[in-house]
Amino acid sequence: MNHLLIAPVLVPALLGSLMILWMRHDLLQQRVFGIIGSVLTLAVALKLSHLSAGGEIFVYRLGNWSAPFGIVLMLDRLSAMMLLLTSVLAVVVQLYAIGSGWDRKGWHFHSLWLFQLMGLNGAFLTGDAFNLFVFFEVLLIASYGLMIHGGGPMRLRAGVQYIAYNLAGSTLFLAALGTLYAVTGTLNMADMAERVAAMPVEDTALLRAGAVLLLIVFAIKAALVPLHFWLPATYANAPGPVAALFAIMSKVGVYAIIRFFTLVFPQDSVAETLATDLILPAALITLALGQIGVLGTRSLTRLAAYAAIASIGTLMISLARFDAQGLTAGLYYLIHSTLATAALFLVVDMIAARRGGDIWLRLRPAILNTGLVSAMFFLTAIAVAGLPPLSGFLGKLLILEATADDPWMIGIWSTIIVTSLIAIVGFSRAGSILFWKSHEMDPEPGNDTDEGDTPERGPIPTKLETDEPIQDVGDSAAPWLSFVSVGILLAGLAALTLFAGPMTDYLKNTADQLTTPQIYYDSVLRQQEGSR
Amino acid sequence: MEMLVASAIGATTAAGIYLILRLRTFAVVLGMTMLTYAINAFLFTTGRLVVNLPPILQDHAAGGHATYTDPLPQALVLTAIVISFGMTAVVVMMALGSFIEGGDDRINMPDDDYIMPPLKTVDDQKPEDETA
Repeated sequence: MNHLLIAPVLVPALLGSLMILWMRHDLLQQRVFGIIGSVLTLAVALKLSHLSAGGEIFVYRLGNWSAPFGIVLMLDRLSAMMLLLTSVLAVVVQLYAIGSGWDRKGWHFHSLWLFQLMGLNGAFLTGDAFNLFVFFEVLLIASYGLMIHGGGPMRLRAGVQYIAYNLAGSTLFLAALGTLYAVTGTLNMADMAERVAAMPVEDTALLRAGAVLLLIVFAIKAALVPLHFWLPATYANAPGPVAALFAIMSKVGVYAIIRFFTLVFPQDSVAETLATDLILPAALITLALGQIGVLGTRSLTRLAAYAAIASIGTLMISLARFDAQGLTAGLYYLIHSTLATAALFLVVDMIAARRGGDIWLRLRPAILNTGLVSAMFFLTAIAVAGLPPLSGFLGKLLILEATADDPWMIGIWSTIIVTSLIAIVGFSRAGSILFWKSHEMDPEPGNDTDEGDTPERGPIPTKLETDEPIQDVGDSAAPWLSFVSVGILLAGLAALTLFAGPMTDYLKNTADQLTTPQIYYDSVLRQQEGSR
Repeated sequence: MEMLVASAIGATTAAGIYLILRLRTFAVVLGMTMLTYAINAFLFTTGRLVVNLPPILQDHAAGGHATYTDPLPQALVLTAIVISFGMTAVVVMMALGSFIEGGDDRINMPDDDYIMPPLKTVDDQKPEDETA
């Protein structure tokens, strides 16, 4: 038993609580310890991915109780990959939050950040269905705090919507778990999988109802149409760095769908193609709706939110096949879309900050650092829309290849290709309003961005004060740090493109592991010498 | 007894869903509470309804495996109650915050959230309370 498996949950939990107890008034210490927490988690995630790359499934039995009775954590290639992606994103976006000064605009930003990490890591590691519910709640309750960070009437209202929607989702999750427990008599995922596989077909009506309930719950988290209504207002009103971290939060829903519908309800079990039949049409509509939203919206933050919805649609199209090729393509697009969506939210936040908080797509005088910001917006838009040379293009190509023999092939291909065009038009329109036409405008009197008559601001105090003014570039502690942060995300996308070969090999192995549930039964239920 | 429990769960759920659809924060919070009560009762029944039996295995030698009730759903319910209680507290605080800052207790976003407001220039800036 390797005790490192519990570290991604324990490290953020410990540091987050310590930060609340000891350094709640000192932002500098919070920043230092927040970064230390995320970097430690990243280091552990790197080690764990290295461990799991061998193909072995590591099982951590809490309290050393044997498997179906005690709670287990399990680490396979998929969870290691998700852990690594989460912690990379967390570190980079946290740097942005510090650089842009967002973490000064409310209380306990860094502790909530670490609690969010704890919930995410726990959800990726757990091998127990009820424990998954608990970790969902942990990550949700941290996300409620982060979502309303900085305050303001719009953000609070959007926050109430978000909470109400997710609480309803949580009650549905409990109903699904209750149904599955009543039928199978277990909550351990591997044990449940084995019992489902052995169940006679005529007894499975309730089981299938439970499976569909579970699918609905995960579709709420992943924001698949028609359960996406919480996403645009939430992501558009959340602080920029928080929305960027939420890019991984909607992927938790995707992860849970992959986990349950490859392990517990695979295609050759009683559930048959139930999941595919429901997910594929929903994913196609999600993609279309997201990209039309990108074109149709007048708000910059909503543009990013709709792009996030579209990316979920694209990757679910591929994952809905639940075979090795579809999973490989979908997972590649998952990594790409997480990084690209996060970068988009950060760039949008930079633009909004430089326009004095104006998020609407309308002509304003040219912004500060317009060259660098517009270049970053351009690159991010290329990545999100899926144009060559960045990884979005490769991801879409892989998905098209994976769905080439699908009976729905014509519908899938035409949706992906046509919606890509819509997205390109949408992003070009936004970019030209924001950057090109703004050059033709004279700076407004009294709102000029030139230095000179603006009063000297002096160093930004790191101590937290209440009622600070919200969102302004001059407010930020270190604007260069925000550029570095977005730069790292874009470099990550470039690396994903350059090393697409080794990456797809790794993901191919991941998908192969996922499609042989037998390995999971053996690792979790059989090989448990030494446990009580 | 099954009929009684099932219809109680059904009625509570229906009331909860009706209240959630009211789109006012107070009603939604009440609806959430009703819904979580219903789900807690439902979780409790997933271990089958048994009367007057302890959740402990006893008299195993004398075929006692039938004389106990499943303890796991009770543990699950406890966890669910704690979590839903905490969540209700959070949603009440949030609803209060949005009522105080936003001015009303509607759940829906106001139009300003997705319709572009006219650009304010220096000349025609009006006091906030006049436009509201």
